[in-house]
This record gives sequence, C-alpha cells and structure tokens, in this order.
Amino acid sequence: MPTQVPWLIFLLPFISFLLCGLVLRPFLPKFPKLAGYVTIAAVGISCALSFWVLGAVIAAPNHMLMVDDITWAVVGDLEMHVGVLVDALTAVMVVVVTCISLVVQIYSQGYMEGDTGYTRYYAFMSLFTACMLGLVLANNILFMFVFWEGVGLGSYLLIGFWFHKPSAADAAKKAFIVTRFGDLGFLAAILILFANTGTFDTEALYKLVATGALAGSTLTWVAIGIFAGACGKSAQFPLHVWLPDAMEGPTPVSALIHAATMVAAGVFLVARFYPIFSHSPEALLVVAVIGAFTAIFAASIGLVMNDIKRVLAYSTISQLGYMMLGLGVGGVAIGIFHLSTHAFFKALLFLGAGSVNHSTGTFDMRLMGGLRKAMPWTYITFVIGALSLAGIWPLAGFWSKDEILIAAFANNQALFTLAIITVFMTAFYMFRAVFMTFHGEYRGGAPSEHGGHDEHSHGLHESPAVMVVPLVILALGAIGGGWVNVTGFFGSLFGHGEAVAREISLVEGFFGPLTHPLPLISLLVALAGIFLAYAMYIKKWVSAERITQSVKPIHTLLYRKYFMDEFYEGFIVKTLLYNWLFKLFAMFDDSVVDGTVNGTAAGAAGAGSALRKLQNGQTQLYAFTIAIGVVAIAVVVLLFS
Amino acid sequence: MNLNLLSWIIFLPVIGLVVIALLPKPGQKTVRWIALMAALASFIVSLAVFFMFDKSLPGQMQFVEKVSWIPAINSFYSLGVDGLSLPLVMLMTFLGVVSVLISWKIDLRPKEYFIWLLMLESSILGVFMSLDLVLFFLFWEVELIPMFFLITIWGSGRKEYAAYKYLIYTLTGSAFMLAGILCTYFITNTMDITALAGMQFGTTFIPLQFLFFLLMIGFCIKLPVFPFHTWLPDAHTNAPTAASVILAGALLKMGGYGMIRVCVSMLPQVAVQYAPIMCVLAVIGIIYGAGVTMRQTDLKRLIAYSSVSHMGYVLLGIFALNQVALSGAALQMFSHGLITGLLFAMVGTVYDRTHTREINTLRGLARQLPVITVVFSVAGLASLGLPGTVGFVAEFIVFNGTFTSLVPFAQVYALIGVLGIVLTSGYILWMLQRVFYEYPLERYDHLKDADLVEKIAIFSFVAVIMLFGICPAIITDIINTGIMPIAKLIGL
Repeated sequence: MPTQVPWLIFLLPFISFLLCGLVLRPFLPKFPKLAGYVTIAAVGISCALSFWVLGAVIAAPNHMLMVDDITWAVVGDLEMHVGVLVDALTAVMVVVVTCISLVVQIYSQGYMEGDTGYTRYYAFMSLFTACMLGLVLANNILFMFVFWEGVGLGSYLLIGFWFHKPSAADAAKKAFIVTRFGDLGFLAAILILFANTGTFDTEALYKLVATGALAGSTLTWVAIGIFAGACGKSAQFPLHVWLPDAMEGPTPVSALIHAATMVAAGVFLVARFYPIFSHSPEALLVVAVIGAFTAIFAASIGLVMNDIKRVLAYSTISQLGYMMLGLGVGGVAIGIFHLSTHAFFKALLFLGAGSVNHSTGTFDMRLMGGLRKAMPWTYITFVIGALSLAGIWPLAGFWSKDEILIAAFANNQALFTLAIITVFMTAFYMFRAVFMTFHGEYRGGAPSEHGGHDEHSHGLHESPAVMVVPLVILALGAIGGGWVNVTGFFGSLFGHGEAVAREISLVEGFFGPLTHPLPLISLLVALAGIFLAYAMYIKKWVSAERITQSVKPIHTLLYRKYFMDEFYEGFIVKTLLYNWLFKLFAMFDDSVVDGTVNGTAAGAAGAGSALRKLQNGQTQLYAFTIAIGVVAIAVVVLLFS
Repeated sequence: MNLNLLSWIIFLPVIGLVVIALLPKPGQKTVRWIALMAALASFIVSLAVFFMFDKSLPGQMQFVEKVSWIPAINSFYSLGVDGLSLPLVMLMTFLGVVSVLISWKIDLRPKEYFIWLLMLESSILGVFMSLDLVLFFLFWEVELIPMFFLITIWGSGRKEYAAYKYLIYTLTGSAFMLAGILCTYFITNTMDITALAGMQFGTTFIPLQFLFFLLMIGFCIKLPVFPFHTWLPDAHTNAPTAASVILAGALLKMGGYGMIRVCVSMLPQVAVQYAPIMCVLAVIGIIYGAGVTMRQTDLKRLIAYSSVSHMGYVLLGIFALNQVALSGAALQMFSHGLITGLLFAMVGTVYDRTHTREINTLRGLARQLPVITVVFSVAGLASLGLPGTVGFVAEFIVFNGTFTSLVPFAQVYALIGVLGIVLTSGYILWMLQRVFYEYPLERYDHLKDADLVEKIAIFSFVAVIMLFGICPAIITDIINTGIMPIAKLIGL
C-alpha cells in the first residue's frame, strides 16, 4: 500500500470542504446539488481507501503499518510533528467513520433537499468528516487534540445549522463550551505528558509506559486528564448535558456526529492511550465506574422522554457508557467492538427517526403512532435497529454487549449489576419508542403551525429511495456487524493484552453463546424489557399513566433530567458566575480600579483649582499679600533680633 | 550593500503624509490612494526584509543602520531587526495597509485623518526597530500625538474623555520610563539596547530592582497589565475603527516588546526575582479580564476587555522566562494583533451599518450580512484558540512553556491560563449568538453586506490568520532566532 493512502483518506473530505466552501457556495449558488455529489464522491473514495488500509493492516505483521512524520514547528525543546499512525485501531475506525459518513451523506440528499443552506451543510459535513479522520489517523497526541477541537467545531457548526432558531443557537454554544470544559483535562494531560517525557508521539509514549519510564501518579493524572476530555466529547456523566440538546441539529447530523462518530471519539481516545490506562488501575476503575454509572443514569432518563430523538440521545449516552465500561473492565477490542456495532445500529435508528420526521413533521412520539403501514421500510429497519440495540441474538448488538457483560462479570460484580439493569431499561425504552411511533393509531403528526425547519409535512408517506436505501444498508450492518467477532477475529486483530486470543469455529462461535448462562440471562432480561413495553403500550395491560402518577416524584426527577441543566445553567453559570462573581469583577473594575485612576486625576485637578485661586491676576491682592509679608518679616526681625 | 531598508519602512509612510500635507486641497479619493500607496510600499519593503532575513544568525541584529545622532549623550540613530522585532514590524506594516482600506469611506477631514494614520504607523514601526533608548523613547512618545487626534476628532461617544485619559495615563508611564532611561545612561554611559542586553552592572547608585520597575511601569500600562488596564476599554470603544485596529493590533505590543527587549534582556536577574509577582498579575488579568468581558453589553468594549485577558497570556509567557514561553509570548503578540485587529475591523463593519454597538439591540444579522458573519465568526474562533488558526499555536506554546517553567508554581499558572480559554469560548460564542444568530430583525433587512474594499481587507486578515495557524514554522523559525539568545541570558 502506498504511504499516500492514509493521507488521502483525510485529505479528500478536506478538499471537498474547501471546494464546497470556497468555490461552489460563492460562485455556483445555482447548482446546490453539486455540493452533495462532491462530498459523496470524496467520502466514497475515502471509504474505499479505508477498506484498502484495513486489508493491509490485517495482512501486516503485528497489524501495524508505517508511520509518516513531518516536522510542523519547533520552538526550543518543543518539537511538534504531524504524521500518520496506522494500526488495527486506526484501520477499524477509518472504516467505521467513512462507511457511516458515506451512508449519511447519501441520505442527506433526500433529507436536506430544498434547504437554503444545502451547500453549507455539505461543506460542514465534509469538514467534520475530515477532522474525524484526522483524529483517528494522527500519530501524536498534539495533533489528536488539534482534530479533536476540529470535530468539536464541526459539531458546533452543524448543531447550530439552523442558527435562526434560538434553541439551536443555544444548543450549539452549550455543546462547544461543555466539551471544552472536558478539553481542559485533555490539554492539561498533554502538558503533563510533554513536561515529563518531552514527546507527543503515541508510539514513543507506548514505549515509555512499557519500560516504566512513565509511571506512578504522573501516569494516573495523565490518564484522568485524557479521560476528562473523553467525558466531554463522549457525553459521560457529569458532562453529558450537551448531547440531548445537540438534537437541535439536522437529523443526519445527529446520526453521524452525535451517535456514530464524534461522540465515540472519547472512547477512541481512551482506546488509543489504553497502555497508559492499563498501567494505572485507579484510572481504569474511574473509567469503568463512570461508564457504568452513565449507562444506567442516561438509560433511566431515556425511559420517560417523549421526543424520539431525545430517547435516542439518552440511549447514545448510555451506550457510550457501556463502551467506557467495556474499556475499563475489558480492553480495547471490547470497547471498540461495541463502538463499531453501535455506530451502525444507532445511525440506523437516527436516520429512521429522520425518516419518520420527514413524513410526520414532528419528533414527538405522542403525535405519531401507526406509522408501520405507511412506512414499511422505515418500520422494519427501525425494528432491526432496536432489536440490535436491545442485544437480541444474533444481531450485532448482542455480540458486542455480551463481551462487555462477560468482562464486567469477571471483574466487578457491582458494575455488572448496573449493566444488566441497563440492559432491561434499554430494551424497554427502545420498544416503548417503537410501539409509540409505529403501532396503534396515527395521532395526527405536527400541529399545522411549526416554527422549526426540521420538518417537511405533507401527509404520511414512505421516504424517497435516496433515504430508504441507506436505511437498508445500515440495517444489514446492524444485523451482521457483530459476526466479525464470532470466531474471535476482531479481538485477535487488537493483539495487545486481549483476552480473546482463541480462534474458534464458525458454528461453535455462532451458537456457543446460547449454551452459556450469562448471555442467556442478558437475553432474557432484554426480552423481559421488550415484553413490559409490549404490555404497557400495545396491550395496555398496565397503564403507563397510572404508573407515572403513582411514582410522580421519580417521574418528574427523570423527566427533568435530574435537574442538572437547572443546576449548571441556572445556578452555576447564571447565578454564581454571571450575576455574582463576574458582576463583582465588573463593579470592582469600574469603581475601584478605574475609580482610583479617575480619583487621582480628580485629585490633581482639585488641587489645581484650589491653588489657582491664589493666581487670580488682581495686582491689588498681590500687593496686599506682599505688604502683609513685608510687615510680618519686619515684625519678626524687630522682635527677635 | 546597505539599502537602509529599515529606514524606508519607517519613512515611506512619512513621505506619504508629507505629500498629502503639501497638496493644497486634495479630494478624499486622492488622499486615500496616496495613503494606500505609502502603506503598501512600506509593507512591500518589510516583506523584502522578511525574505532576506537570515535565520541562521541567532541573536544578531540584521539590516543594522547606525548614524551618530546626539553625541553629547552617546546616542545614535540606530535601527535593526531580529527575530523578536521582525514579526511585529511585519504585523504593523500589514495593519497599516488594511487600516487604510477600512478607512476607505472616511469623509470627515480625510486629509488630516490619513496624515495622522500614517504618522501613527511610522512611530510604532520606529519603536519596534530602534536600537537606541533615546530613539526608542522618541518614537514611543510620538505615537501619542496621532492617536490622541484620531480619537478626539474621528471618535465617538465620550471621545475627549477617552483621548485625554489615554494620553495622560500613558504619559505618566512614560515619565517613569524616561527616568529609567536616564538612570540607565548614568550607570552605563550608553544608550545602545544591544549592548545593554546582558551587561554586567557593577555597584549602582540606585538598586537595580528600582531601575527595573521604573522602566517596567510604562510597559505595564501599555500592554496593559492588571490593574493598569482601564484606559484601554475607554480608548478602544471611542476610537475610530482603524485606530482601534492599530491600537489593539500593534500598539499594545509595544508594551510586551519593551518588556522583553529592555527589561528582561537588560536585567534578567531582576526579572527572575519578580517573575512570581508578574505571573500572578498575568493570571489575574486572564481570568478577571475574561470575567469582566462577559459582563459587557457594548460590542466594542467587549472585544476591548478580551484584549486585557489575552494580553495576560503575553505577560505569562514573558515571565515564565524560558525559551518556549518567551517564544509563545512573542507569537501571541503577533497572533493577537491579527485576530483582535480583525475583530475590531468586524465590529466596525457592523457599526457602520447598524449604527449601534449595543449587543441587546442587535440580533440575527447572519441572514442579512452573511459574509460579515462568516469572517466575524472566524475571528471569534481564532480568538478562542481554535486549532487551524494562529491563536491556538500561540496559546499552546505559551501554556507549554509556562508548564515547564522553573518559576515557582508555574504549573498552576499554566493551568489557570488553560481555564481562561474556556471562559474565552464562553464570551465569544455568546456574543456571536446574540449578534448574528436567532431570528433576524426586520429593521436590518435593508443592510448591505461587505463591499469589495472591505472584503479585500478582511479576507486578507483571514488568510494570514489561517496561514500561520496551519504553517506556524514560517514565523516560529524567525521568532526562535530572536528569543534564543534572550533565553540564554536568563539562564533558567
């Protein structure tokens, strides 16, 4: 494989961004469709190249390919390089990113059709894809940070895509600032790393960790710092608050950025620096605990949401928690395996939600119902996604979730308990969504007057082929994506320190899990969750309203998302900082700092006007003063001499 | 071969202003074209210097010109550039050109306006290139005159108040500086800045610490360092756009430049001794400045206060006192000059159209002014240190240098500095949201987006900000040659 290939994977979408932003938008505004074609072509070629890279990595010894390095800037001891690292992790990530991106770009042609910002949309999407690929390809932590911020920018621009909506503008700002808060930790980790090792290079860091040159509390702090960054981007508690709001963006954006790729960047980051984490049991425990807690915490909120995208958003947070748990108790392969399968079925679910919205004009499930007849393709693919997410054998989600549960059970029973409860919740809220959306009677869709832009309502109808075909492609991934590890192949790809080294036969791998107790338990728990949703929302054996009423305080707590938005925005930002601390600063600046300056000036001016009275130009007064002076001197001389 | 290129850089704008002054009754068009040509000529010569600059001669002044000037006090007309001053010279000549462009529509007394603008440019360039303390001080003081008139005549709001405040505040600092220069002369019998760098002082009639602060106070006011910053928001808010651009872009940097060139180079041991205090003032400036910025409701005042915060990074970099941090400070000056220069230019474009700077009366301009919105956003994102812009490179180098500095508690200061960038994203993004996003207002429907001249000016800013963000080595290689010898003098 030529060494230019990985560079091209990154550069093609970037060129597409420049083309859309600097050529198509200003000079060819009459042909908006071009932007879509350019982007799809660029991402498509990147996707093909990614598979090439994956093939080369599988064939390569140690699953590791060459590293390119270019000096970027040197300041004293600070040497900054830019380069590419291609190993199994990179290869899997570029394939996942380009595949999902390609499918989403195709789908967007239908979803965004007729939008005034069509070219801008594709320009931002290209920029995001380029940065995401840059992030996974970079061979050093500094450039990972550079692209890390880049994907944050892409996310900001696309959440705020319909910037005329105050809610979208708010959400974009919130997403950027909250994730930047996590980036503090990331940046601090980079500074600590460089101060202690003098390098940013990923492989050099691996070596330093392996030889024990980087160890002890420094290592733990670095790991915690990196994890703080990961918490921001991957929306882990307590920095998860931005992700549900991010649903203000166009739905394909939610699918690509806020379900499949960018939010998984935090998981990728931890995986990339896994050698650092694995040498610090404390850090690994933090990762596992935060992950497990986030999984159950977000799932509990997902139980009561009425907006289908919010359900999916909380589900994403919860699943990202799973991935973190997988990294914390298992290893890179386990976390990344779930990341990959999740990318497919969650993107599928989001695009399905977008398709539903395309027809009904709303995301509120209370206004939907009965859509399965009008939208059969959307319905079938959505159910496949939901089953996969719930972890039903033999769909993709089953395999990856199973790995996490097994690892959790072996390592930490308490975290396993949280995880298995989450399985139940996940199955319940997903099928609650399926039943509310697609079953029963149609409840009317969006009210006639709607402020937003994210809707195109003209009677119930299936979406156009350009949207349905991507759903089917993703559904295939959501079904079969998990089979790559049936024989332990995926695990062995990630060689270092993995438990899954044993290669087993296809049949044994495929049916084997059903003979073990643990997978069976998780399967039964998931089925129980689906059954409860069925009982409540189809058969109405149990009234959802009655349950809500009987646990009103808990429902309110969940419905208001544990009041964390109120705490962050209302209390910390508005009250504590804006109206108290910063107001104090501003008042201090006005009255004390500037007051002293103006006071000094006024003092000088005052002294001047007092003294000026002595110089009033009346010669009589001067003569009189002189006379008094002379007399006084005379008296003194006469008296004392 | 000596072409006296540096003198040309300084005096080409002077030639321009003399021509304008001698024309009997020139029209607005004539004047602005002459001004543009003069500024452009100066910029082109500085580009030539940039390309001819030899990066293999660290610590050496290049393009030196030295003519005896006042023999009685051993003072020379002596110019030169090194890696510290060259980027700032480039910055000023670049800002000189764009500030003429953004003044294109000035119709109030254009002749005088451009005379003062060109004089301002020359004097600032003189400060950055002088190698003689008397000459340095002369240019330092000359700069006040054009700025005073630019604010009082072409300013807005409380312009007289702001102009007087600026003048008197700065003069106060200058008085101390003059005393410091005189003391330096009586101690060393030389005014040569290069000779003074790293000079061994024997017993002196005043403590060196005292001398250090005499010189320092003028620079602290100019930069500005908390708590000497309150002239800045007033001057900025009320100055005309081009003056704000130069004020933020180049004039503040005279303070940071002076600190490195004079105080730190001449008295490195004293700098080490007082570094902790200066670092504390720096982080106060960063956080406190950002906090006050957050409360501002006037768009221009908001940007002005953000400068207080960003100049904190310069001060932090300088007094972290190692090569990386000092280089970061030098780059941060350059980067802030471009970014905040652009921000002020953008505020000007918005104000020209809406005739208001009150953030609460603006909203949703993105639909009506798309180009201005895009460029304003780029400037804002650069200001909050987004990678891909020079702002990120500068801030990262400052943080990295500070974190590895041997000044006590430097790590803590670095991390507080990092916290500052979160606050920056807070006020920048909030400002962008309030001015450009959400529902547009009908009363701004008739507004016209940027015209060709404005586009040339603001797009060139964007190009430069991105260029140095993507290829910082172009400028860091030059800065290295200037900072390395200074860092050696400090020896930390």
